[in-house]
Amino acid sequence: MVLEAVIVLLKAGFIITVALTFGAVLTWVERKQSAVMQDRIGANRAAILGLRVIGLFHILSDAIKMFTKEEFTPARGDKFLHTLAPALSIFFALMTFAAIPFGDTLRVGNRVIDLQVANLNAAVLFVFAMVSLGVYGVVLGGWASENNYSFLGGMRASAQMISYEVTLGVSVIGALLIYGTLNLQEMVRYQGHMYAGWIPRWGILLQPLGFLLFLVAGIAETKRVPFDLPEGESEIVGYWVEYSSMKWGMYMFTDFIEMTLLSAMASTLFLGGWQVPWLMPDGFHFPWATVPLPHLAVVVLQVGAFLLKVSFLLWLQMLIRWTLPRVRYDQLMAITWKYLLPLSLLNVILTAAVLLVLR
Amino acid sequence: MRIPQSERELTWWEKIYLPEVVRGLAITGRHFFVNLARHVLHLLGFNKVPKGAVTFQYPEEVRPISPRLRTVHRLARRADGSPRCVACMMCETVCPANCISIVGAEHPDPNIEKYPVRFDIDLGKCVFCGFCVEACPEDAIRMDTGIYDFAAYTREGMILTLETLLSLEPAPYVKVPPQDRAADPGPIHARKGTVAPL
Ligand code: SF4
Ligand code: SF4
Repeated sequence: MVLEAVIVLLKAGFIITVALTFGAVLTWVERKQSAVMQDRIGANRAAILGLRVIGLFHILSDAIKMFTKEEFTPARGDKFLHTLAPALSIFFALMTFAAIPFGDTLRVGNRVIDLQVANLNAAVLFVFAMVSLGVYGVVLGGWASENNYSFLGGMRASAQMISYEVTLGVSVIGALLIYGTLNLQEMVRYQGHMYAGWIPRWGILLQPLGFLLFLVAGIAETKRVPFDLPEGESEIVGYWVEYSSMKWGMYMFTDFIEMTLLSAMASTLFLGGWQVPWLMPDGFHFPWATVPLPHLAVVVLQVGAFLLKVSFLLWLQMLIRWTLPRVRYDQLMAITWKYLLPLSLLNVILTAAVLLVLR
Repeated sequence: MRIPQSERELTWWEKIYLPEVVRGLAITGRHFFVNLARHVLHLLGFNKVPKGAVTFQYPEEVRPISPRLRTVHRLARRADGSPRCVACMMCETVCPANCISIVGAEHPDPNIEKYPVRFDIDLGKCVFCGFCVEACPEDAIRMDTGIYDFAAYTREGMILTLETLLSLEPAPYVKVPPQDRAADPGPIHARKGTVAPL
């Protein structure tokens, strides 16, 4: 009993650490990747004892800056809610990681450990529920600031997030129809099968449109460029104008964690999660050869593959963020209601029809 | 008024955005990988490869500047070291920012009319238009020191006096006319932050 609890705590600790690390490193990646894309060098001046380590210390200096800046609450604002809002945001973003399977099973002695914090049967619903609750952080932040601009910004942000959630939800239904389950771990297991003995049955091959829609809606959901109207730090007055210091930092951090979450969800649903192509529990089964591997190596490869897929999707999101210009608000709404939602419905109908014929 | 129509209608292919988005991502992605590869090659010591970034790491690495760039003024000297300036007040008159102030005096040499006793340029007011250089009949005032990182903590600190102006040297890249060579003790620009040769 105690051992069970310890194992769950260890798993939770692992995934939270991974999520927070990704979040922190992303602040560095954002600077460096944009710099490399734009033929620049990027932030590299933070140094400890003259050691610069390609600007990695900027993460640390950022943290110190955030914690030492003045923490401001508007005089007429609601102090409690104003403080609660960013905490809510980050809390719900981190909660979702409980449902993400980051590996298959780990055998220690005769104990089999599922590499997932909570093996929920309705994991997809849990994730979407948590993401939806994240809207509260945004709208509360805007409301508690007692500032008309941040209130409007909060409203705008929640309108955007709610609109895109519809597409986000519908875009995965095609995948759910194929997998026939809401359990994320089982979905990943399903994607381990092969077509014709050598083509991995990854969701992206079966649901290319679904993947695309999921990614677009997800980017809008995380409020990143080209859909960053709620934030638009330098130009648009958004829901967080009245935030400073670490409270603002938490909002920013939530963004990065949500990006990680989006990547984790997209790789779980569409890129085979922790699956490595042709890697079975006992080793590689290439179409031309079989390479047996010890159990631990297989587990490490799987977790590594999952992290690699997440990193790739994060890189892709950064690439998108530093390439596209921001859309206008009417375009934002038109994109989801006029194009993405009908397309995702079409995707569902097509998938259902094909499944009906095939089965 | 007819507004020139530079915008053309988007084709259907462009209107669905996605292909164009992918094209844009391909461009930035190519920049990313090319630059990353160049950075890595440089780290490994392949210095012949073009640099991965156009950045100049400023205080350590100075950007080459054009010889035509108007930088902080200096007053040229004659072969004997005395100022070439004859205190004709042309530059003071032409200066649109009104930042030059000259006090002239009779020169003992009858061939030379006057010489400056005081010659102050307030760089805090100067707009670097170069009119003073254009106006000078003696080619005495020049803007070729290559210094552009001048700053001071006080307004007074921004005023260059006659002594300072005379002590400044042309930047190493500036070709000094042969007749002036004797007067110019040669480039003494060991100063940090001065101009790299072109
Ligand atoms: S550069 Fe222009 S503003 Fe500056 S001192 Fe000469 S004439 Fe005056
Ligand atoms: S125009 Fe030339 S000679 Fe006349 S005062 Fe100015 S620097 Fe001296």
